[in-house]
Formats: sequence, structure tokens, C-alpha cells
Amino acid sequence: MDKLHISVSPHIRSKISTSSIMLDVAISLLPAAIAGCIIFGLSALAVILACIASAVLAEFVFNVITKRTQTIFDLSAIVTGILLALNLPANTPLWQCVVGSVFAIIIVKCIFGGIGCNLVNPAMTARVFMIIAFANLSTPAYPLDAVSSATPLAELANGESVNILDLFLGNIGGAIGETSALALLIGGIYLLCRRVITWHIPVSIIASVFVFSFLLDGFSFTNALAWILSGGLFLGAFFMATDYVTSPATSKGKIIYGIGIAVITVLIRFYGNYPEGVSFAILMLNILNPYIEKASKRKLFGGKKYD
Amino acid sequence: MAFYLKGVKLPHRKNTANSPAVELPPVRQVTIPTSMHIGAPAKIVVKKGDQVFVGSLIAEAGAGLSSPVYSSVSGTVNSVAELLLSNGSTCEAVVIDSDGQMTLDSEIVPPQVNSKEDLIDALSKSGIVGLGGAGFPTAVKFKTDKQIEELVINGAECEPYITSDTVTMLTKADLMKDAIETLVKYFGIKKVIIGIEKNKPEAIANMQKMSSETSNVEIKVLPSVYPQGGEKVLVYHTTGKIIPEGALPIEVGCVVCNCTTIAEIGKYLKTGIPLVSKVVTVDGDAIANPKNVIVPIGTLIKDVIEFCGIKSEIAKVLYGGPMMGISVTDLDKPVIKNTNALLAFTKAEAKVPKTTACIRCGACTNHCPFGISPVAILKSYKANDYEGMKKAGALLCMECGCCSFVCPAKIPNVQNNKLAKLSLRNEPKKEVK
Repeated sequence: MDKLHISVSPHIRSKISTSSIMLDVAISLLPAAIAGCIIFGLSALAVILACIASAVLAEFVFNVITKRTQTIFDLSAIVTGILLALNLPANTPLWQCVVGSVFAIIIVKCIFGGIGCNLVNPAMTARVFMIIAFANLSTPAYPLDAVSSATPLAELANGESVNILDLFLGNIGGAIGETSALALLIGGIYLLCRRVITWHIPVSIIASVFVFSFLLDGFSFTNALAWILSGGLFLGAFFMATDYVTSPATSKGKIIYGIGIAVITVLIRFYGNYPEGVSFAILMLNILNPYIEKASKRKLFGGKKYD
Repeated sequence: MAFYLKGVKLPHRKNTANSPAVELPPVRQVTIPTSMHIGAPAKIVVKKGDQVFVGSLIAEAGAGLSSPVYSSVSGTVNSVAELLLSNGSTCEAVVIDSDGQMTLDSEIVPPQVNSKEDLIDALSKSGIVGLGGAGFPTAVKFKTDKQIEELVINGAECEPYITSDTVTMLTKADLMKDAIETLVKYFGIKKVIIGIEKNKPEAIANMQKMSSETSNVEIKVLPSVYPQGGEKVLVYHTTGKIIPEGALPIEVGCVVCNCTTIAEIGKYLKTGIPLVSKVVTVDGDAIANPKNVIVPIGTLIKDVIEFCGIKSEIAKVLYGGPMMGISVTDLDKPVIKNTNALLAFTKAEAKVPKTTACIRCGACTNHCPFGISPVAILKSYKANDYEGMKKAGALLCMECGCCSFVCPAKIPNVQNNKLAKLSLRNEPKKEVK
């Protein structure tokens, strides 16, 4: 008999791994991606593929050049690529997609030490970077069969009424993945069922935005509903804000974090210059996350006080 | 109680739950170590060539915390050898050639117990230690000036595969009842609670039947969530009391004993036969016929697993369950007092997954019964920050393994926590300025 294998307990491990989690996230984004392709046509598919390919390639090349362990098989670069694409309008020039993906992977993630070490969400930060860097991105794409008009958020900000059903199905202007609340909800529920995420962050964000919008927008139930269904709130709440690396670990922390995102989102939407506040709100709370984590640590069971 | 402590749901794999224990056919030789418990090793009182019987004293308790050791077979002492233990240290062991007769020592008589002191003396002489795995000498647990409010009996058996405690609860209820009644009588214990995970309905039914025949015994059915049988977890879930960090259960008026320990106490009080054999669950994907085996202490692992049949090539063998069990270096190691299972795995099951980067998902903290953050401990450990390690809960950790089990990046969190504890043990004394 060969020598016996020696290792430290435990000797069994759960089947869940980083790559299985990332695969689940990628699957959960499929409904939104498909909805985007139906609503906006083939140009949406081109943007999605360009973002995924450039994100994975950027990580591959970075790891080769810096002689680090190859990490593309953890699938996180694919998730970053899809998330970034879903945050971009379908008419984004492909070269801009590549610049954005490379920024997300290299500048936001790899330079800080790779997966798990980034301070802010790569896809989110790249989106904010692109909004600021490329002026053309502020005019959104519109559904294939629609007449060009303002985005629902702009309409809401101007006090106009919007069609709730269109908002829910996604038949409106905006980024590829943010228009169909229905598709995002399907993906979000998938993540909840697979226990990749817990309800705390999405529910606290969406519920708080609903309440704040209700209070600030004339106590109108319909308007409050429109505020939560538009502007990528579902995309942000289910898929971006729940990024493990940049969000708190405990339930308490998650709820504080979610409410924080809702507050900033609503403040930007109602009082800021940008019609859309979710990206900035998540980015800001990403930066505050270490402090929220510190404040929301679990109390040790029977732990001694060390001072 | 407000809530249950967290943990993980594990595959139960209790393949042997319905197999009554079978006797291992006599083996030719046993190797009985003098250190099978927490505390000082026992001192050997026999020499080469001495004739011994089942239950003959071969090593008396050492100074302080210790426990005596008895021969598990009849035969002659072959030698006294040095044995490498699974924790890396060495101790002396008595090698006995068995005559295959298993003759009981003729001097064995049931102990005379008429007072608390008699009972503690009997427990000390019985050689019984915590059989759940820790091996803490049982007599020491009861040797206290404090009032024992509750005796918590651990029948949780939360580790996968292991069913030796289930066998005890199914077949030794009468011995448990005798032991409980004697302990209650002489130590003035107010309440006895037996905690059992709900995945053992037959054991629960049998214990409920036993409790109905005596007073003060309560059966608490607990969720099948690992580590239900962890001492602090069990005490909290059965009594609602929180054992503080670094303290023994008696601090909150509790004594915790494994159900098999209680049954052994009953057996000793009735017959005077000390702890010389164990029911061991033999299982794992390399074992052809998983079963519960009654094994004389000191029997080599290879003799036990060969009896159960080896199905495929063995790559890893564990003392105990897969969550907290210790992997052995070779099959010539003996079954000791606190061995409750021997698990043999093939290469496929023994594979250790590759560690990747932490993604800060928080699963480790969220599944820790005590809310410890292994990430924080590791950070402090790497920085030699002793205060940081303590604040993060390094010394609170019971090494149950939930954090390593759930980690998607397959980080060996328990191993890191053990390193942190070790470094705290060697913490340099602060200079007084």
C-alpha cells in the first residue's frame, strides 16, 4: 500500500466553490441578457460578447505578464463582462466596451490583487468611468420599435407619468440589461433559491427606495412603483450590490448597506444632476463597506473581552 | 432559548445505524498506549513477560490530570515500545501478545459505592475518559465543590458516518439508567438532559422509554445541524446556558458526558470491568462491509478494517468523523479509548481541494456557531498581532470545521485557527517597562 494521505480536518468539503458561485451568477444574468437582445437587437449581443471576451482576455494577459496563477477559470471575469455589458446601452461602440472591460479587470481588480482584493465592484466602477469618459453614453439606446424619447427616469424626474407595464417588461429606453425588471427578477430569484445571495441587500434597497420615493414624489403609489422598476435599480440591487467582495458579510451589515444605497440613489435621483443614481450609490457604499463591516460584526458567543 | 446556534447541514451517511455491534474475533497482539486522555500519561506497572488478563492494571494514573490503563486481552506482555501518536508526540505503549482466551482478571469485583468520595474513586479507577472524542478524564469532571445543576448527556452524534453512540442508546439503556441514578444520588444532580439529534428516531424512542422509568431525566430532540454535539453548543441548546470562553461547563453548573461514557460508567459500577473495549463504527468508501465492531482497546487499525473488508485501495484513514477526525500515518496505530470510528477513504474521497483566493463571502463567519471570523484571525496571525487574534476569537474556536467546510475558496480555515492558537500559546511575555 502507498503512504496514507495526511491532512487537517475537516476531511469533507461542501460542493460549492468560487467557480460554481460565479457560474450561478452568470446563469442568473441570462434572462436579462436575452431580454436585452430581444428588446435592442443584435447590437446588444455584440456589446455583451465584446465585454465578456475582452474581460477574460484582459485577465488572462495580466496573469501571464505578472506571472500570477491563472485565474480566468474561476469565471469571475465572465461575470464582470456580462455585468458591464448589461449596464451599457446597446449602441455603445465596441472599442468603448473593450476599454471599459479592460479598465474593470486590470485597474479595478487585478492591480489591487485580483479576485477578493478589489475595493469596489469592477463592473460598476467601469460603468461610472465610462459615463464620465464617453459623453455619447449619456444618450441611451431605445427599443427597436420605439420612438426616441426621454428615459423613464428622465420622464419621472420631469413629473411625467410612465407606463408601469412597459417598465416591468422592459419595453423602454436604457442600458441593455436594466430595462426588463421581470427578467432581472427571474435572475434574482434564481440567485436567492441557489443561496448565492440572501434577501437582505436586494430587499432593503428596493423597499427603501420605494418608501423614500413614495415620500418624496407626492405620496403616489404608482410613481413609487415606477421609481423602483426603472433605472437599473433591480440590476444594481440583485447583481451589483450583492457582490461578496464589496458588501458586508453579516445580515445586519447587509441591511445597513442596502438602506445606504437606497438613500444615496434617491438623493441623486431627486436632487442630483444625473438622472441615474444607483451606480454612484453602490460605488459610494462600496467605499464605506469596511466601516459597515466593522460596525456590524457578529458578537462572539461567550467571547471574552480583550482590551 | 432564543435561537439555535448556527452550523452546517451535512450529509448524514449513517450507513451503520441499523447494524448492532459485532465482536471482533480475537487478535494476536494489541498495542495499548499510556496516553489516551487529556493530561499526564499513565505510568506502566508491568514488564516484559508478565501475565495479564482482561481488566488487569497495566499502567496507573500519572500525577494530576490522568487516567489508569487496563489490559484489553489476556496474555503476556511482549514489550514496552515507544509509539508515535497521531498528534505528533510520542508516548510509551504496552504491547501484549494475546492468548486468544479473553480471560477476565479474577480480582475484578464491582466497586463498593456508599458515598460521593467512593463514587469519584470508582470513576478514577474505571479508566473512563470522555468517549465522545476529547478524552477528558471523567472522574475529574465530577470532582468539584460546585453544585452540579445539570448533567447534560451528549447523544447528538452530529458527525457523518458515526453510529457508535446510536448503538449505545439502542442497546445499553439499562446501563445508562443505572449510571444516571447513581450519579444523581451521590452528586445531588438536579436535572439530567439527554440531547439527541432528530435523525435518530429509534434512539430517541428508546431513551424516552428509559427516561419514563426514572425521574429527573429529560430527552431533548435537537435539529440535525452540525456541530450539535459541540460541548458549548449542546449546553446552550439543552439548558440555555452560555459557557464563557476558556471555562469548563461546571462554571455554569453543568457537567457534559457522552452517552457512551455514561453507559461505560454503568457497566463499571455493575461489573467492575474497567474501560477495555470500544464500539467503533467502521465505514468509508474503501470499506466493503461497514459495521459497528466491539474492539479491544489497543487493537491495530489494520486488524479492525480487515475484519470489515477492504473494497478498494485506501488513501486516507481517520480516527473519528470526517469533520473533526484525525488522519493517521499508518494502519499500525491502535484503537484507543476515545476512538468512536475508523473511516477509510479511497483516493477520490481523500482528495484535498485546491485553495483559491478569499472572495469575502462571509460564509465562514455566518456558519460559525460562535460567530468567529477566521478571515480576521488569519489577518492578525500573519501580522503576529496577538491581541488581534484573541479579539477575533481564536481561543474561542472549537475547531469544529464548519468554516473550512463551507468555504467556496477551500481555504483551510481550521488549520489557520489552529496555527493562531499555537502561536498564542507561545506568545512572548510583554516586557515590563
